Amino acid sequence: MATRHDTAAPPTEEGGAAPGRPPAAVPDEKEQRRRNRLSRRWQRDIRWSPYAFVSPFFLLFLAFGLFPLIYTGWASLHTVELTAPTDMQWAGLRNYTRIFDDDFFWNAAKNTLTIGIISTVPQLLMAMGLAHILNYKLRGSIFYRVMMLAPYATSIASASLVFVLLFGRDYGMINWALHAIGFDKIDWQNDKWPSQIAVSTIVIWRWTGYNALIYLAAMQAIPQDLYESAALDGANRWQQFFHVTLPSLRPTILFTVVVSTIGASQVFGEPLLFDANKGASGGAEHQFQTLGLYLYEQGWVNQHLGRASAIAWTMFLILIVIGIVNYVISRRLRASS
Amino acid sequence: MRTITRRSRSLGALAAVAALTTGLLAGCADDSGGSSGGSSSDTGGGKGKTTITLGLFGTQGFKEAGLYAEYEKLNPNIKIAENVVERNENYYPALVNHLTTNSGLQDVQAVEVGNIAEVVQTQASKLVDLSKVSGVSKSNWLDWKWQQATTQDGQTIGLGTDIGPMAICYRKDLFQQAGLPTDRDKVGQLWAGDWNKLVAAGETYKKKAPSGTTFMDSPGGLLNAIISSDQEKFYDSSGKVVYKTNPAIKSAFDLTAKAASEGLVGAQTQFQPAWDTTIANSKFAAVACPPWMLGYLKGKSKPDAAGKWDVAAAPKSGNWGGTFLAVPKSGKHVTEAEKLVTWLTAPAQQAKLFSVQGSFPSAPGAYNLPLVTGAKNSMTGDTPIGTVFAEAAKAIPTQVIGPKDQIIQQGLTDNGVILVTKGKSAAEAWTTATKTIDNNLEK
Repeated sequence: MATRHDTAAPPTEEGGAAPGRPPAAVPDEKEQRRRNRLSRRWQRDIRWSPYAFVSPFFLLFLAFGLFPLIYTGWASLHTVELTAPTDMQWAGLRNYTRIFDDDFFWNAAKNTLTIGIISTVPQLLMAMGLAHILNYKLRGSIFYRVMMLAPYATSIASASLVFVLLFGRDYGMINWALHAIGFDKIDWQNDKWPSQIAVSTIVIWRWTGYNALIYLAAMQAIPQDLYESAALDGANRWQQFFHVTLPSLRPTILFTVVVSTIGASQVFGEPLLFDANKGASGGAEHQFQTLGLYLYEQGWVNQHLGRASAIAWTMFLILIVIGIVNYVISRRLRASS
Repeated sequence: MRTITRRSRSLGALAAVAALTTGLLAGCADDSGGSSGGSSSDTGGGKGKTTITLGLFGTQGFKEAGLYAEYEKLNPNIKIAENVVERNENYYPALVNHLTTNSGLQDVQAVEVGNIAEVVQTQASKLVDLSKVSGVSKSNWLDWKWQQATTQDGQTIGLGTDIGPMAICYRKDLFQQAGLPTDRDKVGQLWAGDWNKLVAAGETYKKKAPSGTTFMDSPGGLLNAIISSDQEKFYDSSGKVVYKTNPAIKSAFDLTAKAASEGLVGAQTQFQPAWDTTIANSKFAAVACPPWMLGYLKGKSKPDAAGKWDVAAAPKSGNWGGTFLAVPKSGKHVTEAEKLVTWLTAPAQQAKLFSVQGSFPSAPGAYNLPLVTGAKNSMTGDTPIGTVFAEAAKAIPTQVIGPKDQIIQQGLTDNGVILVTKGKSAAEAWTTATKTIDNNLEK
């Protein structure tokens, strides 16, 4: 009570909010008003403070998220060049309609899909295996866990540059090793599948440990009794993995699939740096040009902001569709379990 | 107790929000204030010194050649600071962005020759007309160099620093082993006037070639050399894109494709790590070579390659590279910047730049200065490279350059002739290249 009395504002500073206030109130009544006032303040506090707490995010989102999104949509309806971004000429839906017969766009979409598959599937399988191994009692397990996260902490730029050297056609270490065991050289940059596999390797290298740690965390939350009773029933390690671990991990697996899918549809840095000289064209025949690269090429290399904006919005819509599909599948799966 | 903590927390949050918001607003205000040409920073350093900033790409070499220090000594109230972006691909889009929004510009901005036509056509209103600055005389520059930075109505928005007169650098030891002449005049006569003769020399080379070497370094380098020597390449003089119908381009493409399919050129793309390795391992005998290329070769070669190179005239003289210095009107120190670029691009300074950096002067007045005539390069031993390249510079045609030259040439190289080295026919390579270029040009 004493503290409360201290912090309550003196009546003189209340302004004209309480006309006709009796100069000497009955202590009970005064106490009551004070309580009411505090309670009002409290209610206001409870009602508005959360908004104040979240407002920084939304202010930033408005400035750097929503505005660019809408502005990009507006630009996508115009013919506009980077050399004169204020000089916009209305083009209607032309930037969108031409995407339908833009071979380069569909080539990029196809590449994004194939690179996404050959990077995500092995990545998650390997992550699961690694997590399973790490889940055993190991000496120095913390060391291994930190090592798993190291690739994730490395910058894409430096990692890609190292991979470019490894995958070099004439002087790369991988071809040298292949040659040593009697295989032909592979042109990792110029042939379609080798280049896509090489780009995927960078993605896999970077994200496997990250996903493995997510799986590991989920595995450690699985009650030990399940394994014990499985062991009592005579299940070996493999059977335990398939019949206890995997079903318990289902929500986690879904989560990683969704996150990896979104990541895969936006792959950009790895293919951009994989052939630094050709830059955004993704190889001589665009054999590893992803949608992200094509967007960048149109906007920043060719300076066609209108076309690039339309591509950006189309990618956004594709992502929404992927999101919905994921949502539906995960609901089905949840319902069935 | 509880009220206190709650209240102070919410107050804290409000304060944080307020601080963030005002911070953002202040950030905006600062930005617009700065870009509208504020008068605040005339006192940089606190000693009344004016700091002039230069936006550059790659290594221009002004600093390395000691030119800033010299200028600061001559003008004690000036300080020079440069802001370098490594690659022009990253530098140029940012420059365009800054010009179109009139913010974030340095007092002086460099423009690469591949971009100058676009800047002249679209950004001239943002840049100072340097032809009217005192001390600038059109006659100081090679005529075509001056024209490149001049608009239709006679406004010159950039002063040339260097050019890249192209010759053919060749390995004397490899040429000798393959039975070709090694004297630079005889080598020049071998292919004088005709690029076909150069490819023919390559065929001769191949017959007795030291194992594992090719005649030239890369299809991109050869194509660039041929195209650069034509008067009209991708645009006609009225500004129309004609690269597909220009017979000179098609024949250059086909000749390069022929050389590539016969294995006369290496299969690398220039300036890639793998290409650097071919330099280090002495895998090719000749390369189209402006003066700055000698510096590049020196940087990538093993020490034992020193002195084994020589420079012969190209079949036809062309230009590869070169930079202009422009002064944005919205800069903070326009007059001081004008004086600085005038000084930096004067013949005497261009000669100094050449002697240190290998950037060949765009001012013919520099060609007779001892710094140029006496220039040597450790890769080429005794060769008087200053006079050899000066001859090439005088023979360069006035070329029509267009705003999208870089995109077109990159398409022809990276999506075109390079494909021939991996087994595609010239026709297939041409189709892929033109399809890519047309898609890239379409607005």
